[in-house]
Amino acid sequence: MSVNWFRFSSPVSFYPLAGAWSYWFAILAALLAGAGLVVGLVIAPTDATQGDAYRIIFIHVPAAWMAMFIYLVMAGWSALALGFNTRLSAMMAQALAPTGALMAAIALWTGAFWGRPTWGTYWAWDARMTSTLILLFLYLGVIALRSAIEDPRRADRACAVLALVGAVNVPIIYFSVQWWNTLHQGSSISMTAAPKMAMTMFADILIMTAAAWCYTISVVLARVQAIIVERERGASWLESLIDLRPKGTH
Amino acid sequence: MESPSAVDAIGWALRRDLRVAMRSKGELSVELLFYVIVVTLFPLATSPSRDTLATLGPGVLWTAALLAALLSLSRLFASDFRDGTLEQIALSPAPLVGLVSGKIAAHWLTTGLPVAAMAPLLGIQYGLDAPVLATLALSLLLGTPILSLVGAVGAALTLGARGGGSLLALLVLPLYAPVLIFGAGAVDAVRAGLSAAPHLSLLAAGLLLAILAAPFAVSAAVRIALD
Amino acid sequence: MLEAQSLAARRGYATLFRDVRFSLRPGEALVVTGPNGSGKTTLLRMLAGLTAPFEGEVRWRGEPVAPFAQALRDALLFNGHSSALKDELSAEENLDAWLRLDGERVASEVIAQALADVGLARQRRLPARVLSQGQRRRIALARLRLASRPLWILDEPATALDTDGLAMLAALVDAHLDGGGLCVAATHQALVLQSTRAQSLVLHAAVA
Repeated sequence: MSVNWFRFSSPVSFYPLAGAWSYWFAILAALLAGAGLVVGLVIAPTDATQGDAYRIIFIHVPAAWMAMFIYLVMAGWSALALGFNTRLSAMMAQALAPTGALMAAIALWTGAFWGRPTWGTYWAWDARMTSTLILLFLYLGVIALRSAIEDPRRADRACAVLALVGAVNVPIIYFSVQWWNTLHQGSSISMTAAPKMAMTMFADILIMTAAAWCYTISVVLARVQAIIVERERGASWLESLIDLRPKGTH
Repeated sequence: MESPSAVDAIGWALRRDLRVAMRSKGELSVELLFYVIVVTLFPLATSPSRDTLATLGPGVLWTAALLAALLSLSRLFASDFRDGTLEQIALSPAPLVGLVSGKIAAHWLTTGLPVAAMAPLLGIQYGLDAPVLATLALSLLLGTPILSLVGAVGAALTLGARGGGSLLALLVLPLYAPVLIFGAGAVDAVRAGLSAAPHLSLLAAGLLLAILAAPFAVSAAVRIALD
Repeated sequence: MLEAQSLAARRGYATLFRDVRFSLRPGEALVVTGPNGSGKTTLLRMLAGLTAPFEGEVRWRGEPVAPFAQALRDALLFNGHSSALKDELSAEENLDAWLRLDGERVASEVIAQALADVGLARQRRLPARVLSQGQRRRIALARLRLASRPLWILDEPATALDTDGLAMLAALVDAHLDGGGLCVAATHQALVLQSTRAQSLVLHAAVA
C-alpha cells in the first residue's frame, strides 16, 4: 500500500484537513493544560527552599524547550520548501515563526519572574537566558524579513535561507554563550540548580510540554489556513469551500 | 570561447570591486572614521580611568568592529542591485559562487582589514599593552572575514526589501554574537594572563565553516533577490 | 531554438499574462509589444531565466531550462532595463569587464574600435558617471557588437537612443540574425528590422 504524501503538500487537499486537525488539537491542548495546571498548582508539593515560586517552571521549561524545537522544525520545513519547491512547506515555516517567538518571549518573561524571588534579580546573564534572548532575535529577524518583502514567493525563499543559516548558527551560538558564561563565573547564577526534581514535578513538566505541542500544532494549522486564504484568494476551489464575500452581498 | 572558471570569477569580481572602491576612497575613509569615532566615544561615556578603560577596551574595540562591518554591508550588493550589475553577474556563464566570493573578499580587504590594522592603535588609547594589542589584531584578522561572509548573506537577503538598513542589523547582529564572544574573549584572556589559543582556534574554525558555507547561501540569496 | 510553452505570470495576486507560447528558430527575432504594465519585462526576465514562470516552461535547444540553468547562461546576452555600468569606471573599463565575464578575450584596440564605431571615440576614457543616457545605451550596443552569444534578450533597447543610434541597433540585430542568432526584444518604439523573419507578440493589459 503506498500513500502519495505529495497529495498533502498541495494547499487544496490540505486546507480542510488543517481545519479539522486544528480543532482537535485545540481541544487536546486545553485538556492537557488543564490537567497540567491542576497537577502543577495543587498536587505538586511546595519546595523546601523556593516555596511556591518554583511552580513557574511548569510554564517556563516547556516554553524554553518549545522555543528551541520550533526553530528546528521551522528550519526543517524551510529546507523542504527550498529543496522541493513546495508551497505548503514554506507556509508551515511562516506559520511557525510567530509561535516560536512567543515561546521564546514566554520563556524569558517567566524566567525573569522566577529569578526575582529566587535570586533577587529579574535578569542574570545566565547562559540559557542569554541564548534564548538571541533565539528570540533570530525569530524576530525571520518575521521582519517576511513582512519586508512584497512578493510572497520571494519572501518564502528568502526566509527559508535565513532560517537555515540561523539553524546552522543556533548550536554555535549556544556553545559560544555557554563558553562565555563559564569564563565569567563572577556574574553568573546557575539556573540548573533547580529544586530537586520530584517525580510529580518532572511528570507535570512533560504534561505541560505536551500541551504546548498541541497548542502549537493547533495555532500553526489555523494560521496556515489563514495564509492559504490570503494567497489563494480568487482560486475557484477556495471559493467553493468558504464564502469570502463580505456579509450582506449575497 | 570558454566559460570562466570559479577562480577566474573570484579574480574578476575582486579586481572590479577593488577598482571601484579605490575610486570612491571617500566612502571607505568614512567607514574607518566611524570605527575610530565610536571607539573614542566610549571613554567619554564612562571614565578615563586606566582600569575601567583596560576592562572595557577589548569589548569596545570588538563591538565597534561589528558595527563598522554592519555599516559597510549595505555597500556590498545594493549598488550592484540598483544599477543592474547583479543581474548581469547572475546571468553570466561564470559560477555565481565564485563571483560573490570575490565580492566578499573585496569587501573584507576594504573594511575588515583596515579596521584590524587600526584597532591596535586605538587600543593604546585604552591602555592595553603590546601582547594584548597583538592578540587584538590577530583576533580581528580572523574574525572580520567571518563578519563579511555572514553579513553578505544578510545583505543579499535584504535586497529589494523594505527598511534595508535596520532590517539588516536585526538579521545579522544576532548571528555575529559567537564571533564577538570568541574575538573579545581572546583579547580578554591575554589581558588576564591566560592563553588566547582556544579562542583563536575556535575563531579559525568558524572562519573555515563560513568560507565553506556562506558563499553558497549568498548566491542562493542573490538569485532569490533577482526573482 | 527558444520555445515558450503556455507561460503565465503573476504579480502579487494578479495574473499578468497567461498562455504565452512561441517558438523561435535561429535567424529569427521576436518583438514583444504591449502597453505599460502588460508584463513585457516579466516575460523577458522569464525567458532569460531570472524568474521562474508561474505556469508553463521555457525550452532552450529542446531542453526545458530552469532559472539560472548553465545551458542558458552560456548562450545568453541579456540587456535589462538598467545599464549595468559602474559610474566609477570608464566606458572602456566597463565594456572590458563585461566581455571578460562573458569569457571573451578581446584586445584593447578592438574594444577602442568598437566604442569608436558606436560614436564614443572621445568618451571612452571618461567615467560612466558623466555620460548621458543615450551614450550609456551605446556602450551596450558596443557590447552587442563584440559578444559572440547566440541568444539576445533586449529589454527596451531603443530607450534614449537617437535616430542614428536606432539605425545602429537595427543593423546590429539584423547582422546577428543573419549570422544565425536569435533575438527577443521588448519595445514600445518601432524597431525597423530588415530581416523579414521577425515575429510579433502583443501582450494585452492585464485584466484583474
